[in-house]
Amino acid sequence: MILLTRKAEFSASHFYWNDAFSPEENERVFGKCANRNGHGHNYTVEVTVEGEVDRETGFVVDLKWLKGVMDHEVVQVYDHRHLNLEVPEFRQTIPTTENIAIAIWRRLEQKLNGARLHRVRVYEMPDLFADYYGEP
Amino acid sequence: MRAYLSRRYRLSASHRLYRQGFSDEQNFAAYGKCANPHGHGHNYVVEVTVGGAVHPATGMVCDLGELDDCVRKEIVDRFDHTNLNLDPAFREVVPTTENFSIAIYDRLSSVFLAAKLIRVRVEETSNNSFEYAGKK
Repeated sequence: MILLTRKAEFSASHFYWNDAFSPEENERVFGKCANRNGHGHNYTVEVTVEGEVDRETGFVVDLKWLKGVMDHEVVQVYDHRHLNLEVPEFRQTIPTTENIAIAIWRRLEQKLNGARLHRVRVYEMPDLFADYYGEP
Repeated sequence: MRAYLSRRYRLSASHRLYRQGFSDEQNFAAYGKCANPHGHGHNYVVEVTVGGAVHPATGMVCDLGELDDCVRKEIVDRFDHTNLNLDPAFREVVPTTENFSIAIYDRLSSVFLAAKLIRVRVEETSNNSFEYAGKK
């Protein structure tokens, strides 16, 4: 079994807000992330797939193909967008780093043509990242 | 949905790798220049990973501010700009980065209760890192 990881980057804005909370509660829970004018990050996504090395090609998956899937399914949807306002999965779900990792997993898992997704890691900044392994 | 959140913290400290029961020759054989009598220092990076269900109301595994406050108070404030050999955690054990990882894990697992502590990873230099995930 080999794990293979590909990185991609996108830049996006977001804010944290729960409509069920009062404005004071949103500020208390989310701090400056609750600023309704939003703020942004340079995100890095690491997608790790697992599998056996193909005898013919020596690949677990074709990296160029994986890059294309990540670009089409994630980067083109998220890059230079406001996640809360422009990305459908975050209309009702707060775009925290944890939820972005889960959302990227869901976007990719149906598109990987049998390659097994192992982990999605999302860096909001170099010192803060979230991992999702598809666990319920 | 279970996810994992990791945060990196920085601290600088000195240490000397030297075991009291060993002769000087044995210490230099085991630890090389790390046994030099006046010690030396590192810029450590402490990567703390916590895990748990993503809370539906907040989109978070735990309150990041709470984690930051806890790690700063319990780890960074305690060890930053100190000599590790003089800390009570290293009265009985040599302050290798293996033992430093265990000391940090054991302290955080007893005081940080907002999410499950999964792993502590300590980078001693950019080329050396050590991980501890609790007793197996």
